[in-house]
Amino acid sequence: MAFSNDTRTLFANEIEKIKDDGLFKEKRFICSEQDAEIEVEYPEGAAHKKVLNFCANNYLGLSSHPDVIQAAHEGLDARGYGMSSVRFICGTQDIHRELQDRVSEFLGMEDTLLFPSCMDANSGVFEAILGQDDVIIADRLIHASLVDGIRLCSAEYDTFKHMNMKHLRKKLELHQNRRTRLVVTDGVFSMDGDLAPLDEMVALCNEYDAMLLVDDSHASGFIGKTGRGTHEHYDVIDGIDLITTTFGKGLGGASGGCVSGRSELIELCRQKARPYLFSNSLAPPIVNGSIKVLDLISKSTERRDKLEWNTKYFREKMEEAGLNMRPGETPIVPVMLYNAKLANDVARDMYAEGIYVIGFCFPVVPAGKARIRVQLSAAHEKEHLDKCVEAFRKIGAKYGILGMDKKEIIAKYGN
Amino acid sequence: MEEMKNVVLEYIVDEYLDEDDEDEVSFDSPLISSGIVDSFSMVSLKRFVENKYSIKLPDEEATPEAFDTVNSICVLIKKHLG
Repeated sequence: MAFSNDTRTLFANEIEKIKDDGLFKEKRFICSEQDAEIEVEYPEGAAHKKVLNFCANNYLGLSSHPDVIQAAHEGLDARGYGMSSVRFICGTQDIHRELQDRVSEFLGMEDTLLFPSCMDANSGVFEAILGQDDVIIADRLIHASLVDGIRLCSAEYDTFKHMNMKHLRKKLELHQNRRTRLVVTDGVFSMDGDLAPLDEMVALCNEYDAMLLVDDSHASGFIGKTGRGTHEHYDVIDGIDLITTTFGKGLGGASGGCVSGRSELIELCRQKARPYLFSNSLAPPIVNGSIKVLDLISKSTERRDKLEWNTKYFREKMEEAGLNMRPGETPIVPVMLYNAKLANDVARDMYAEGIYVIGFCFPVVPAGKARIRVQLSAAHEKEHLDKCVEAFRKIGAKYGILGMDKKEIIAKYGN
Repeated sequence: MEEMKNVVLEYIVDEYLDEDDEDEVSFDSPLISSGIVDSFSMVSLKRFVENKYSIKLPDEEATPEAFDTVNSICVLIKKHLG
């Protein structure tokens, strides 16, 4: 047997180290549909508990929408369970083309290519369009999937301080000798909820002849007055060269992602992006479900409007309660605890109060900036938000952190 | 060596800290393990050091451990300066 006791011990020790470092991810089982209220088995084997879910990417509350489920059923009935092929052999149906066209129209881009996930889109896009004569200049807090994609590409890369336009300008000046420059940012940053200043970034990219790629996974469907995304929010739709996004968050929550943008860049992805070339096509039920999501949110802004209201209300009430939050206007609300143990303790106590949230610590967020990331949804009703705020007030009082600023929390608990 | 440490330190403060940042960095402050510099943005620091001192640091030597303090970075630079 190749997997000897010594080999087993080697891997077991690595797992123990992850536990010792406080980074072990425990198993949690959801025993209901994804929604504002869910049933959870946690810890493993425990009785199911009904809790309010404040940590899903279900921004528009469409994960279990009856019309989306119905559309997925119709996709299953009309086009089958799966494609048993990659796209370019025999895995492209008419509905894949339809979804691509619909996404292009929704985002205001020239063309779109579907990927099995946005993780795959981000892994593949850079290598497909850039080479060693080019440079990628990325915000330091971009999503891990973009980091992986950049590392897989032979282009040189550099970084700029998070949303610091002065620093971005400096980097654009530094790399003027390159064949092309590609600036990369998240539209909404997943851990901070910050909106990238795309208006300023587009202006800088124009000034220094650079392309701009935005990962709008935490924005598509609800940021901007009709939910097109961060580029709509800043009114710079024509200034964006590439958008990557997901169908796994606001746009239905199942899976799948895409790259959307200038037609030549999308064609290069179609010809060269390895995750596109070497993985199966999106399954028909997901394609049909995603088309239905675009139907729903193109007809009405009711859901993104409700999410906007929920976000405003929740942030106001949390501020009144005295929680230390990172300011912002997106439905990602980081409640700052700074200390990793405190973040995990508060999350555990919130769960006991019937609120499902998670503590995030280094290396997922910078050291000394541990937090609970609250994610709001159009599926939340006002009473859900009130219950969550009340639980934070109660647990915050237990730990004596209400009304405290960053320095005071760190003085009390360390960071 | 002291001058080299000051040059590297000055670059790190300018490149990695924000104007309102309260972090203070000294020659032996942990950079990578404290999160001031992460493995992704470390590329800027490596490029600066290589250009400034006209050296080429092999990837197997430009590790997060070797780049964790100004002191350890300067030891690596000295080694390659010969």
